Amino acid sequence: MVSRTSSLFSYALIGPALLGSLRKLDPRAMIRNPVMFTVEVVAALTTLLFLRDVFAGGSDLLFSAQIILWLWFTLIFANFAEALAEGRGKAQADSLRRTRTEMTAKRLTGTGRDYETVPGASLKVGDVVLVEAGDLIPSDGEVIQGVASVNEAAITGESAPVIRESGGDRSAVTGGTQVISDEIRVRITAAAGSTFVDRMIALVEGAARQKTPNEIALNILLAGLTIVFVFAVATIPSFASYAGGSIPLIVLVALFVTLIPTTIGALLSAIGIAGMDRLVRFNVLAMSGRAVEAAGDVDTLLLDKTGTITLGNRQATEFRPVRGVSEQELADAAQLASLADETPEGRSIVVLAKEKYGIRARDMAGLNATFVPFTAQSRMSGADLDGSSIRKGAVDSVIASVTGQPMATRGSSAALAYHPAAETEVVGEVRAIAEEIAKAGGTPLAVARDGRLLGVVYLKDIVKGGIRERFSELRQMGIRTVMITGDNPMTAAAIAAEAGVDDFLAQATPEDKLALIRKEQAQGKLVAMCGDGTNDAPALAQADVGVAMNTGTVAAREAGNMVDLDSDPTKLIEIVGIGKQLLMTRGALTTFSIANDVAKYFAIIPAMFLTLYPQLQALNVMGLASPQSAILSAIIFNALIIIALIPLALKGVTYRAVGAASLLWRNLLIYGLGGILVPFVGIKAIDLAVSALHLA
Amino acid sequence: MTLLGWIQIALFCAAVLALAKPLGFYMARVFDGERTLLSPVLVPVERALYRLAGIDARHEQGWLGYGLAMLAFHVLGFVLLYAVLRLQDLLPLNPAGQGAVAPDLAFNTATSFVTNTNWQNYGGESTLSYLSQMLGLTHQNFLSAATGIALAMALVRGFARSSAKTVGSFWVDLTRCTLYVLLPLCVILALFLVFQGMPQTLGPYVEATTLEGVKQTIAVGPVASQVAIKMLGTNGGGFFNANAAHPFENPTALSNFVQMVAIFALGAAMTNVFGRKVGDERQGWAILAAMGVMFLAGTVVTYWAESAGSPVLNALGLPGGNLEGKEIRFGIVGSALFAVVTTAASCGAVNAMHDAFTALGGMIPMINMQLGEIIVGGVGAGLYGMLVFVIVAIFVAGLMVGRTPEYLGKKIEAREVKMAMLAVLCLPLMMLGFTALATVTAAGLAGPANAGPHGFSEILYAFTSAAANNGSAFGGLSGNTPFYNTTLGFGMLVGRFFVIIPALAIAGSLAGKAVLPASAGTFPTHGGLFVGLLVGVILIVGGLTFFPSLALGPIVEHFAGSAGQTFATGG
Repeated sequence: MVSRTSSLFSYALIGPALLGSLRKLDPRAMIRNPVMFTVEVVAALTTLLFLRDVFAGGSDLLFSAQIILWLWFTLIFANFAEALAEGRGKAQADSLRRTRTEMTAKRLTGTGRDYETVPGASLKVGDVVLVEAGDLIPSDGEVIQGVASVNEAAITGESAPVIRESGGDRSAVTGGTQVISDEIRVRITAAAGSTFVDRMIALVEGAARQKTPNEIALNILLAGLTIVFVFAVATIPSFASYAGGSIPLIVLVALFVTLIPTTIGALLSAIGIAGMDRLVRFNVLAMSGRAVEAAGDVDTLLLDKTGTITLGNRQATEFRPVRGVSEQELADAAQLASLADETPEGRSIVVLAKEKYGIRARDMAGLNATFVPFTAQSRMSGADLDGSSIRKGAVDSVIASVTGQPMATRGSSAALAYHPAAETEVVGEVRAIAEEIAKAGGTPLAVARDGRLLGVVYLKDIVKGGIRERFSELRQMGIRTVMITGDNPMTAAAIAAEAGVDDFLAQATPEDKLALIRKEQAQGKLVAMCGDGTNDAPALAQADVGVAMNTGTVAAREAGNMVDLDSDPTKLIEIVGIGKQLLMTRGALTTFSIANDVAKYFAIIPAMFLTLYPQLQALNVMGLASPQSAILSAIIFNALIIIALIPLALKGVTYRAVGAASLLWRNLLIYGLGGILVPFVGIKAIDLAVSALHLA
Repeated sequence: MTLLGWIQIALFCAAVLALAKPLGFYMARVFDGERTLLSPVLVPVERALYRLAGIDARHEQGWLGYGLAMLAFHVLGFVLLYAVLRLQDLLPLNPAGQGAVAPDLAFNTATSFVTNTNWQNYGGESTLSYLSQMLGLTHQNFLSAATGIALAMALVRGFARSSAKTVGSFWVDLTRCTLYVLLPLCVILALFLVFQGMPQTLGPYVEATTLEGVKQTIAVGPVASQVAIKMLGTNGGGFFNANAAHPFENPTALSNFVQMVAIFALGAAMTNVFGRKVGDERQGWAILAAMGVMFLAGTVVTYWAESAGSPVLNALGLPGGNLEGKEIRFGIVGSALFAVVTTAASCGAVNAMHDAFTALGGMIPMINMQLGEIIVGGVGAGLYGMLVFVIVAIFVAGLMVGRTPEYLGKKIEAREVKMAMLAVLCLPLMMLGFTALATVTAAGLAGPANAGPHGFSEILYAFTSAAANNGSAFGGLSGNTPFYNTTLGFGMLVGRFFVIIPALAIAGSLAGKAVLPASAGTFPTHGGLFVGLLVGVILIVGGLTFFPSLALGPIVEHFAGSAGQTFATGG
């Protein structure tokens, strides 16, 4: 997002939210919320009856007027909560909208550079446009030709440009972002109105919000409770007539509205919107509320090793020469082979040789050396200097180059297996060292000079700091972590043990990933993963929570149900936390709302029946001043508690990564027991104020 | 309150707890069709019965099939019973020449027995022929009890099974329950009761000459066998009009104790069956613990209220406990405990007049029923009623652990919540709705014997007892009128089937779901925290609904009594 206002109540939002809360009184909008719709119907009917009483001359008009006023306040407060939650999204949507205004596109008419300038909105899927340096990309698409640096700040808020190129996993571009250098040809993949930005706008505005499965179930529960209280209240007039009296309608209305779960009913949709909003602030876009909810339910997290569990780069940590070769000699050769190697691994070898053996990096040109780059075929790199050739690379490739035997297939564990034919003692030794390194989770890199094996460089995967603690937190939350890696099983096992993941999938192909997800799901588990490549798309689509990286391909972004704008796979863990927080907030406020009823009964029942049976004064445990002030205080409390809980609904209840048992214990104490006690205090306080002000 | 009284209560709890595990073990095996001690004798009988009825014991039903079989069985049972009652003057075994039962009373009585309620608006020996008694009492006492257990088993299977389409076979469950569980236990209990001095004879009434030389006819009959199923099956319909207060129906303190244990025995054991079937006995104990907490709270209040006695009499210088309407043989604790037990389970047998209890002492039985007979409850019915509340409780608070609520590895979703709420809704609708109707109609107001709050309590108790399928009467209410016969009958039907059918639907929908393995993130449902939560939700969701009505009945009566005020007796 361009603007990330993090303050809960920005004053600019309150005005529009107030207006919005009045507009939302429209019954057609209210009907989506059964509890509040019931309140509205009741409020409207009592208002009509009140007007009749005003003209017919009823008694206790001031008291009735106050009750009715608070009924409407209850509704407005509920709408205010929702409007405020939506308003925060709207501010973000407006800034997004600004990026898309007045865009023009250079639509290519042939295969050459001829183009016509057309409005961005008229582009159709399949059109190919030319985007040059300084141009805005007119719509979502895929780079089909060229490489360019693109400023995606409009979407991600990150001002450093990113590279977008045809082919590979970085081919997706987003409408509204700007090409900074070079030019690209883009095939449009989204029609006007359904682009990524359009979807973002709809999401943050709440327009695309549909009720999630949990919300539907909760609404049923709340509607059911409302009906129970209809029975409880509607039967009272008959009971009263048996006792030889009658209860004013307005008192029954007050009892009914305070008993039905208005607190959670009022805040339910605000909680949902705020949950989505929290994700957006976290730079993750959920395509549906369902996905956010599913994130809280996740049982298994599939995490890619590289970038999530380990730092992207492997580092050289040790030189392991064969017998008869000194460490110094091996280090020297390895460094020479790596001088021109700009990969992080190569650089780390140069650094290690320098730090550990004092071999200073030399100048390639000065050595009259030529660099032999790494190729997928040779799987080696190195340098040729003064008639001498040094090679380093995958163990089997280097051995093959030395012995002249064919290479084993890539990625197969057979690469490390023993080949008796043409095996010399030194080859056996190199293999033994390599196996030892692999078992410890490292990557062995064999080094040879002029056809002679010198030894092995130990490249180590560096596990990210603190990741072990994160996984143990996840374990406490009951979430199983599975590391996905292309490494062989031995290496994978060692890294898995070091990082503390529960399980790993080694030598994983996209098909393996998909199969693993299906297997987990068959056991009823929910699976979350992240991915960026096109070959991740099936797995992303299959996973219950599929987080696509924004840098990824169009296919991956389409397949996932969330997009991480920062393209940080570690975020999956936080996303789970946000999902859990959403569900917890709902549960906490539901429990609070229902627990509140105890005090409300004790406020209203004695007040209501006092004219029938004065003995029931004994039930007035709060010592409320008068029947009217008791009833008024209960209904005022019922309305004000909504306002008081809006911050909690928007912020979410505090989430800690602890086990379910201690979470439940803590939350039951706060929201269950608190829900029983708070209204006793609140109603008493309001009663004191009401009687001091002589309102009743 | 005396030490002996508390010891009796403690012994009672210990006996029920001690029986739960072995009975649960036995019943779990029976319903799985596994070999038990009685198999050599009963398996051939069971097979013969299936052959006779053309039932394939291996064929299981989905929830709908199970429900339809149950409904068909009940409709048939109802029609048969109704026909017998209406035509008893034309049928054999009517030596006393009883006339046909009136349509409304026949409806009420037939409903009462089919729904395991055993509400008695008829006057036993003065209305019914032997045939009616046998078909009404004996037949339905067994089958309505077996039905309750069968349905609980269907729901238990819903929780226990993973991705299954079926929940069992109604016919097999019904047969096995009757054959392996109810009949053998009844034989044992009946023999014990005979040993305690209860008559068991098909011979004629006994003629006796009193000290004054007056001839007296003493009614006897096959009492022990009837009482055994009345207690074990939580039916409650007495052989004699005085029910368990009659010396022949409850001869000794020991028989009183054993009968109370018998009321709870199968209901408590069902929680153990549940635990075993879901693979974790602790789950069953947790449910039983929640029941136990509410039971003990009710017992303490009733025992205290009855021991404290009537505040009005105390004020007049007549201290001591309330013994009005109680058998001196059982005393305050034996009567108070019995009252709580019989209303906690949906038995309805009485050994004292609940009407004559103190206001608060009489309120506890009412609350027990208003919660939906889930404190141990009717055999089977208590468990499925409780599980419905578990679903509500889990859904209310389960979200607080940050996951879609789960119970025993089954996700609780919209469908389960919908069905659970349907079941929860029907009881207050029947209990409060009909009470409201009765309190504003002349026909309804003609019922109660007392004026003021106590009369209100009599009406409320009647509809509460009917809808909860308890069948105990507060007394004082003249229920045999077209108004009460019809409304009470309707209340019983809704109270039974509008809980059963949603519970079955839940069973079906749960059975189809995969069982999720428990993890550290799963809501723990076997500890004290869950028990507390469950009790809290039951009291707030199930109990508070009745607070206004209780305030106008027993509560105001209590406060008025404490202030020395009484209400004039009227219509």
